[in-house]
Amino acid sequence: MDQKALKKLVESISKAVKSFKKSEIECLIRLFHHLVGRTDGKFDNIGLDRNTFRAILYSMFGMTDDMLMNRVFFAFDKDNDNHINVKEWVKGLSVFLRGTFEEKLKFCFEVYYLNGDGYICRDEIFDILKNSLHQQSSEEETDEGIKELVDITLKKMDYDNDGKISFADFERAVREDRLLLEVFGPCLPEAKNCLDFEALAFRNILPSCF
Amino acid sequence: MGLTLTKLAQWSAAGYDTGTLEITPLNEAILQEIIMFMEGFIYKYPKEAKYVFVEPLEWETSLELSAFESGYVVSETTAKSEEVDENGEPLLFLSVPQIKIRSFGQLSHFLFMAKDEKLKEAQACIEANRDPVAKILGSEYNTMQEDSTAFNILDKINEDDDPEIGIKIKLAMLLKQLDLHLLNHSLKHISLEIRLNPVSVNKDIELLKRFSGKGEQTVLESIEYTSDYEFSNGCRAPPWRQIRGEMCYVLVKPHDIEALCITCSAEGVFLNGGKTDDEADIDYERKGEIYKDLVTFLTEKSAKFSENMSKHAIDFKEQQKEMDQPGETSKEEADTLQKAITDSDKKPLEKNQINFGKNQMAKRLEPSLNWKATVDFKDRKSSGKDGQEEKRGGKVEGRTSTSPGRPQLLRKSVERIEEIVSDSSSESEEDEETPDHRQEANADLPSEYWQIQKLVKYLKGGNQTATVIALCSMRDFNLAQETCQLAIRDVGGLEVLINLLETDEVKCKIGSLKILKEISHNPQIRRNIVDLGGLPIMVNILDSPHKSLKCLAAETIANVAKFKRARQVVRKHGGITKLVSLLDCAHHSAEPAQSSLYDARDVEVARCGALALWSCSKSNANKEAIRKAGGIPLLARLLKTSHEDMLIPVVGTLQECASEESYRAAIKAERIIENLVKNLSSENEQLQEHCAMAIYQCAEDEETRDLVRLHGGLKPLASLLNNTDNKERLAAVTGAIWKCSISKENVTKFREYKAIETLVGLLTDQPEEVLVNVVGALGECCQEYENRVIIRKCGGIQPLVNLLVGINQALLVNVTKAVGACATEPESMMIIDRLDGVRLLWSLLKNPHPDVKASAAWALCPCIQNAKDAGEMVRSFVGGLELVVNLLKSDNKEVLASVCAAITNIAKDQENLAVITDHGVVPLLSKLANTNNDKLRRHLAEAISRCCMWGRNRVAFGEHKAVAPLVRYLKSNDTNVHRATAQALYQLSEDADNCITMHENGAVKLLLAMVGSPDQELQEAAAGCISNIRRLALATEKARYT
Repeated sequence: MDQKALKKLVESISKAVKSFKKSEIECLIRLFHHLVGRTDGKFDNIGLDRNTFRAILYSMFGMTDDMLMNRVFFAFDKDNDNHINVKEWVKGLSVFLRGTFEEKLKFCFEVYYLNGDGYICRDEIFDILKNSLHQQSSEEETDEGIKELVDITLKKMDYDNDGKISFADFERAVREDRLLLEVFGPCLPEAKNCLDFEALAFRNILPSCF
Repeated sequence: MGLTLTKLAQWSAAGYDTGTLEITPLNEAILQEIIMFMEGFIYKYPKEAKYVFVEPLEWETSLELSAFESGYVVSETTAKSEEVDENGEPLLFLSVPQIKIRSFGQLSHFLFMAKDEKLKEAQACIEANRDPVAKILGSEYNTMQEDSTAFNILDKINEDDDPEIGIKIKLAMLLKQLDLHLLNHSLKHISLEIRLNPVSVNKDIELLKRFSGKGEQTVLESIEYTSDYEFSNGCRAPPWRQIRGEMCYVLVKPHDIEALCITCSAEGVFLNGGKTDDEADIDYERKGEIYKDLVTFLTEKSAKFSENMSKHAIDFKEQQKEMDQPGETSKEEADTLQKAITDSDKKPLEKNQINFGKNQMAKRLEPSLNWKATVDFKDRKSSGKDGQEEKRGGKVEGRTSTSPGRPQLLRKSVERIEEIVSDSSSESEEDEETPDHRQEANADLPSEYWQIQKLVKYLKGGNQTATVIALCSMRDFNLAQETCQLAIRDVGGLEVLINLLETDEVKCKIGSLKILKEISHNPQIRRNIVDLGGLPIMVNILDSPHKSLKCLAAETIANVAKFKRARQVVRKHGGITKLVSLLDCAHHSAEPAQSSLYDARDVEVARCGALALWSCSKSNANKEAIRKAGGIPLLARLLKTSHEDMLIPVVGTLQECASEESYRAAIKAERIIENLVKNLSSENEQLQEHCAMAIYQCAEDEETRDLVRLHGGLKPLASLLNNTDNKERLAAVTGAIWKCSISKENVTKFREYKAIETLVGLLTDQPEEVLVNVVGALGECCQEYENRVIIRKCGGIQPLVNLLVGINQALLVNVTKAVGACATEPESMMIIDRLDGVRLLWSLLKNPHPDVKASAAWALCPCIQNAKDAGEMVRSFVGGLELVVNLLKSDNKEVLASVCAAITNIAKDQENLAVITDHGVVPLLSKLANTNNDKLRRHLAEAISRCCMWGRNRVAFGEHKAVAPLVRYLKSNDTNVHRATAQALYQLSEDADNCITMHENGAVKLLLAMVGSPDQELQEAAAGCISNIRRLALATEKARYT
């Protein structure tokens, strides 16, 4: 592998991502390469496609919900090119593993709003929650139940009563009750999975590097 | 009938032989029953009604001659029946006012004629004929001799076939039946005052016997009566103990602890001193708390018992039911009566408890509701539970029931037993048995109800996301409001919330616990949570790596464990150890930096742990468990922090636990006192209260008292006295001051801080909890002259004397002590005398509680010493001297010692000495002589020595064999005993026979040694006694040789 290029990459990423040490960034880059399946040391224009990324989310972070995993993918994929490049990878993981409350708040909100208008609207909530009830009897009843659940959610989180959840609404609700951070489904890994992941990814770092 | 009359009828105090029946509801009821029996007799048993009594029943009647109508020959002063016996004698003969009746028929007639006077006549008849059965049937049927009737009857049958015997036997049986009926009847009355009767106790023991034996499954290894002999009233205790309400003694060998010797008395069940060395006798002294019944007692004592008991619960209950059938009514009646007791009746009982539980002080302020364990409530509750049980999902059911067969039944009976257990506990003040009212479906339900129901639906049917949303929304309701709390339960929310705790979803667990934490403030919900098996799950969560989960679980446990059964569950599932280890969290510095968003701080975890331990520490077994888990050093470490939030539960726990000796020692060893003292100066009233409370508990120990002073704790205590608004805190502070003032140095400090004046000011308008402590503190302060002067000058004597009329037993003990201490000052004595304090003290000798009696008797001593015209004063109390002398029949050592001391003082007045001699003080004192108690020995010897000064008392003491035991007192190790004994022996040696007894018992050698004592009085008395003995010897010798 091209050590120089790697060094340079590490340097550039470490300017953007403060929560990792350089050695850790290096490890993450190596891991990225391993996952991408290329070892030629070229970093441009490659990345994890949605399926690979979902597999990673599933196997390493214990996520199961397909829809949410897609959304997490989009949240990682800042430049919307349907690939997660190495920078996006490291940056995303920094939120996953070391994210502050604010970062996570933002990340979750991004996961939950789809159309990019900065609001989570009623239809989106309905979409997200549509599988959240176990099939009761008829589809109609289930739909009715979900509609009510959406109402409940909006009643709880829509502080300005405009029928949709803005980031300000979201932040206020989560600050009041942290359980609402992942209100529409788990999009952050559990602490235990994070620890496991770190142990795996950083296992090659010698203690001297700390 | 005879039996009832002897045992149960309440004869007036004047004594048995001349006695009249007191007019009490019980007596009246017995008489009414007898009258009913007699009136109906002639109709029911016409043949027997003609039977002629062996001896007539004779009494003075107030019935006029004019009342006698047809069937009677009436002359001027006499009336006789036309009905005559074989010899022509009339069966009824009245020669005003004496009446003789010789048949049941005539008795019936007579009662009929007596009309409104029936009751009076029946009473007169029974008063005049103390053993009616003997008169009716002949002396061989005398029922005064226990239970011999049956044997005699059998003998008679064998002897001859006289037809009259047949009737006699029939009559004997009828009378016996009446007797039984009366006994049962009066039992109902007595159940007003007592909780246990021989029938129920024997039934319990029989049942336990069935489940006892070798093997793991039995509840006990063995259970046996100490005596095989059962009196006809169902008691097995010797008669002189029966008087004290004791019924029988049982030897119980549980599986896991040593054999227990237990007394079953009318007041309840308690541990006695066990078999004494000579195997034949039992040490009757109470050694532990009084429990409601045998099962309760054993459940508390033996874990194995309660465990196996719950396994056998169904069988036991069912069998008990079976056996209960005949006695059901009386039991039920007792229960309803218990329910019906008015508040005023409860009070004295409640007061009695004070002595049993030391750590009650703080909680006495809250009204105790645990008397209201009502039968119908329980029934209602369990029926409600059935409904709930049906609704519950399969998962929950599987977990909570121990046997899949009949889970509901089993659960119910287990719970009922446990319920009983928790009711009887002295520590379960918070067991609020509020009736379990479920909202009726058709009642007007608040809108919250429907909204909550909808949310619970999402909890049940939603995935994790929906569940979290529902949980968060639920918390938007006012969960402190009972409507919402009960709504959650009534729509089946509790089951779901508890089920969620068993999932792997951290967020769901957090959300669920947050709700449970809030709604568990409601006593009903607490019970429901325990019933649903929520506690063991929460205990498991304490092991979770998530700190906030740990916190929430601990906080919820803290709320739920407010009643005994819950605390027991926490302990049995190893919760105490886990909670104690939470306390350790604050010191794991090497925590991973990684902390999840949902996590709390270490300090918070420790705080929550302390909070839960505080709740749990209200059970004695938990206190022990906390200590064993190494909780004390951890608590001591947490005590060094300055967070009030942390300090309150920590000190609270310590204060609860300080009721245990082991804790007090550990508290001293861990230097906790220093921090307690420091926190007395905190701003937080609750913290101050708990610190003061802890000091109160610990300051029984002298070293601790010194520590409090050395760390400067007395000043803050004294200054806290000035704030009297917070009564709980005031009670704790005055308690601490009381215990601290047992040390003289502390009293000096308190005087410096003007605390004594403040205390005197607190003698009025304070709740009893405060008064007990204030008076206790003053009593200790009064031991010094200066303080007595201060109290007098501040006008403290009047309020003290006023308190002598109270009923709170703890208060009375303290007040009498304080008044007694004041009375050592002649000037104060004058005030006490003027306020009629001596009379009040004297009347306290009649108090049912021995501690009060003893304390009053001690207080009387200085009063008699220092009063002007003490002799005249004592004589002015009508019946007072007789009362004192009769107290010598007590079997409480402290009462006896105090009464002896009082008698010593009374006997200083010749006239009074003469009176008490007439009341038989000499034989009573002599009877006490065989004792090993040095305190009693000393005062007894002093009393004997005083009483020798009258008439032929010296000789009488000799005749009653008091001399030989006295000589043995000289072998005691106590010089006070020596002095008093030598003086007594000196007095007794004025009589020649006594000298001989002394000499025979080796008094001379012992006395010779005492002549060399540094104690002058002892020297003189010993020498005087020897000289008397010697003189007698010389005289005899002289007589022999001349």
